Amino acid sequence: MVRYVVNRLAQAVMLLVIVSAIGFAILHLAPGGPLSQFAASAQMTQEDLERVTRQLGLDRPLPIQYLDWFGRMLRGDWGRSYRDGEAVLSVISSHLGATLELMTTATIIAVLLGCWIGVLGALRRYSLFDSLATVGAMIALSIPTFWFGLVTIYVFSVKLGWLPAGNRETVGDGSLLDLLHHLIAPALVLALVETAMWGRFMRSSMLEVINQDYIRTARAKGMPEWHILTVHALRNALLPMITVAGLQFPTLLGGALVAETVFTWPGMGRLFLDSIGYRDYPVVMGILMFSATMVLIGSLLADIFYAVVDPRIRVG
Amino acid sequence: MTSATLATVQLAPGQAAWRRFRRHRLALAGAVIILILVLGSALGPYLLPFDDTYIDIMKRFAPPFSGAHILGTDELGRDVLARLMMGGRVSLSIGIVAMVIAMAVGIAVGAFAGFYGGVVCAVLMRLVDAVLCFPTIFLLLALAALTEPGLVTTTVLIAATAWMAVARVVEAQVRSLREREFAVAALAFGSSNLRIMFRELVPNAMAPIVVAATLNVAKAILLESYVSYLGYGIQPPAASWGNMLNNAQIYLTSAPWLAIAPGLAITLAVTSFNFLGDGLRDALDPRMNIP
Repeated sequence: MVRYVVNRLAQAVMLLVIVSAIGFAILHLAPGGPLSQFAASAQMTQEDLERVTRQLGLDRPLPIQYLDWFGRMLRGDWGRSYRDGEAVLSVISSHLGATLELMTTATIIAVLLGCWIGVLGALRRYSLFDSLATVGAMIALSIPTFWFGLVTIYVFSVKLGWLPAGNRETVGDGSLLDLLHHLIAPALVLALVETAMWGRFMRSSMLEVINQDYIRTARAKGMPEWHILTVHALRNALLPMITVAGLQFPTLLGGALVAETVFTWPGMGRLFLDSIGYRDYPVVMGILMFSATMVLIGSLLADIFYAVVDPRIRVG
Repeated sequence: MTSATLATVQLAPGQAAWRRFRRHRLALAGAVIILILVLGSALGPYLLPFDDTYIDIMKRFAPPFSGAHILGTDELGRDVLARLMMGGRVSLSIGIVAMVIAMAVGIAVGAFAGFYGGVVCAVLMRLVDAVLCFPTIFLLLALAALTEPGLVTTTVLIAATAWMAVARVVEAQVRSLREREFAVAALAFGSSNLRIMFRELVPNAMAPIVVAATLNVAKAILLESYVSYLGYGIQPPAASWGNMLNNAQIYLTSAPWLAIAPGLAITLAVTSFNFLGDGLRDALDPRMNIP
């Protein structure tokens, strides 16, 4: 077990190095490199530019610059926002809460609903419910999230007037009820794709499990059907879902960006888009690296957790 | 399933695949819808009396089915149907061209990694893993922000964020095919490595490649709509299904039809390609069952 975790950890560290190298390369691909913001300013003369380049160490060989940059990333020095000079990491962390709130709510909805649909679909394979769920999941995966958001706003905010069309809270209110009221629509929109994915994976996982020998044995023993389902089938079918959670994480993050934009939700995704609009490269790169690191840690945790609950993994 | 497979054993592989595909009614429907969308976008603009970029301020916000403009007009009085068709040309072309580029890169990377194994494989596949760590939309937008937006950039950037899945599929296929008799025989004949890779191994992995290509088109169309909606893809006055939705949110209360038509077109196209991919998967290789 320890060997497996160490092995997996080493892989993750190596990946982080490659990921950071890609991030660094993108940063230097920017027209004018990391100094593009200043280079565009008419007040900077050529001498000024050269002086700043030297001061910031941008005249050194790229590998040295990369090592320096990577070292500073590890120490938590991610540079400062062009917009207001605030440290990138603190800008990100001030927007992280809203994103996590949205992602957690959507995941809870998706897991509960997706697993229920998947299990029911597997138990009544090829039934009307199963067919509708399969087709529905495919359509859900094909709808552009932002458009589904627009439709939701049109129906529930414009026509019915049930839900607010955006933002995280009413200014001056901010009670728990008000927060929840604002959370419903963006969380449901974000949950759509997730539910479809969880449903599809849960269905195939459940189908695999209910054809196993130990289910037949349990049935032969005369065990009550619901007991077989919950204790034997469901528990085993849920195991691979840990991996699904890890695999789904990048999609979830990307979906959050879109949902936040449509519903003017003050999270990391919206910050990312705003920063792109301002050409605020340090924040853009910071969020890009931050999200990639989150994905990396997510898949690492999923793998380790899987190995903990399923001994077959760490042996094989 | 089993009995049907047994019944088709006598048929040539192509015929059997066609039979399995035909039974997949949703895939068939998908293929027909794709054909209609492609023909509509390609030929439609010639049949329509309106130009997609012609601005007619006097006729702003004409609702659908209310006169000469079948799907109404937008905030500048441009005909929505004409824009939908021209936008279809752009969005479908991006979907297909980005897929071709992504397939070329993915097949090349996957073939080299799978064939040579060892260090080459480790380096290439870790690169694939690393790029996959970036959530696609974040990576796409960051790259789009650094470049001049436009048709070519958007297509290339979408391809740059979509080749990794193909590389993984091809790598696994080539790695297992490499040891098979026909590959060993080609080696004994003195064929070059490149020839074995791209003339022997890759063609034998065509079934999963075709499926991946179809699903890739769906993904590319969806990605185009995201970046263009967010303002970093196709730039106005040119229309794409994504950028038609860019302004639609502002006019959602007064002119909801501006949001409905392009959104339905995207959903229809993406769903069709996804169902087509599903059907092809069942038809070409019944054993593959990746959800």
